[in-house]
Amino acid sequence: MDKREFLKSLIVFIPAGGIIASLAKQAGAKAPAPAYQAKNHYYGMGIEIDKCIGCNRCVEACKLENDVPDEPFYFRTWVERYTIKKDRTVVVETVGLRKGKRKEIVEQEDVLRSFFVPKLCNHCANPPCVQVCPVDATWSTEDGAVIVDKNRCIGCRYCIQACPYGARYLHPKTKTADKCTFCYHRVVRGLLPACVEVCPTQARIFGDLKSQASRLVRFERMNKIHVLKPDLNTQPKVYYAGLDGEVR
Amino acid sequence: MKVPEQIKRLAVVIFVIVAAVLVTRYLIPASVVDQRVYRAASVQREVSREIKFAGATTCGDCHDDINTKKKLGFHKGLSCETCHGPSVKHAEDPSSGKPFAPRERKFCPQCHEYNPSRPTGFPQIIPTIHNPLKPCITCHNPHDPVPPQVPRECSACHAQIERTKALSRHALLECTTCHSTPTRHKLLPRSVKPTKPENREFCAKCHDKGAPRKEAPKVDAATHGGRFLCWECHYPHMPGEA
Repeated sequence: MDKREFLKSLIVFIPAGGIIASLAKQAGAKAPAPAYQAKNHYYGMGIEIDKCIGCNRCVEACKLENDVPDEPFYFRTWVERYTIKKDRTVVVETVGLRKGKRKEIVEQEDVLRSFFVPKLCNHCANPPCVQVCPVDATWSTEDGAVIVDKNRCIGCRYCIQACPYGARYLHPKTKTADKCTFCYHRVVRGLLPACVEVCPTQARIFGDLKSQASRLVRFERMNKIHVLKPDLNTQPKVYYAGLDGEVR
Repeated sequence: MKVPEQIKRLAVVIFVIVAAVLVTRYLIPASVVDQRVYRAASVQREVSREIKFAGATTCGDCHDDINTKKKLGFHKGLSCETCHGPSVKHAEDPSSGKPFAPRERKFCPQCHEYNPSRPTGFPQIIPTIHNPLKPCITCHNPHDPVPPQVPRECSACHAQIERTKALSRHALLECTTCHSTPTRHKLLPRSVKPTKPENREFCAKCHDKGAPRKEAPKVDAATHGGRFLCWECHYPHMPGEA
């Protein structure tokens, strides 16, 4: 091949290559969306205290979605009501499921402030429950959910003891540890967790920390964020906005 | 040939070691020992769990009229399933039955009952005095909730009475149920006055036992209250607070 021939073929090759590349790109775009890739996601939840009205819709939705027992002491998520009195004493009570007779809420003279705090598994990046499990039945998935393997769990309750947030319970039927999974089965299909889905005031925000466009990343940018018990270095992934100092 | 005793014992030891290796290698399934296998299986179990909430965007595909209405109202942030409950079965097969529709009075106060811990500005009521003792949907459309409209004619001047009545058990009664207002009242409000009920028989039209309105509380008009007129004890714009 002499120099002239080479240059001639180059003139043909470069535009032809460009066309072929763009065609290939178009074909790729038309192909169906690739299957869920766990490594492309890292999930967290944001909770805005000022928006929570303590209606317990999230708790009821969670129980329905995840077959959590109906008894009022099994929770994957729950809402706490904090009442801070003028003498700085703090009363914390779980907002009850309103099946029976409701307790009359009386405005008290000596209350300084009062608010609701929804709580759930913090899906810690450094989870103490995973460290203590003797049979490797609980672990963090690649996309940031802490999950219990029901087939491996022997029900020893170490993890329930180890969780500083009290987010786990022993399921009375399976006798294995059970906890919030961020509704993993919904999330991988592009749906929101049930509690986020039903929240009437958008007090809960769910999103992908790896995506700059996600609502959670925006929520973190727009609010001053606190987590629960930061001094334990569990690195929780449930982020609270407007969290009162008494809760931390 | 006689095999020495130590060789026999060595053979037993070797056999045990080989057997142990074989058992751990081949007989114990990988799903028990291999972390990648049992974790993948666990994730698979987790992922294949049944979904019960269809998600906010699903409902609008069919119910776009209600969805459009809801989007413009105060309940725009609510997902349909917040009130209607998990409805994935209905979404997949609409003929399989309708989702739950809350109609009773105790449903809405779950969010809207007064609670001092609720954020300021969130619309709240006190269910025991927010009357009439009727389902909320009688006055409020849950897909577009606004305070029910009052007739402008009377409330323009008698706003306080209108607001009182709006919370009372008489909320659904028109002003003209009890007052007949001459047109000239609007021009000369002080000299031409609307009528007021004058006797016990007026209230008895609804509240006497055997009177046609079923939902009104009944008394024996002949004996109840003796010689007093009804409104000497009961304020008609807020009855029940005698």
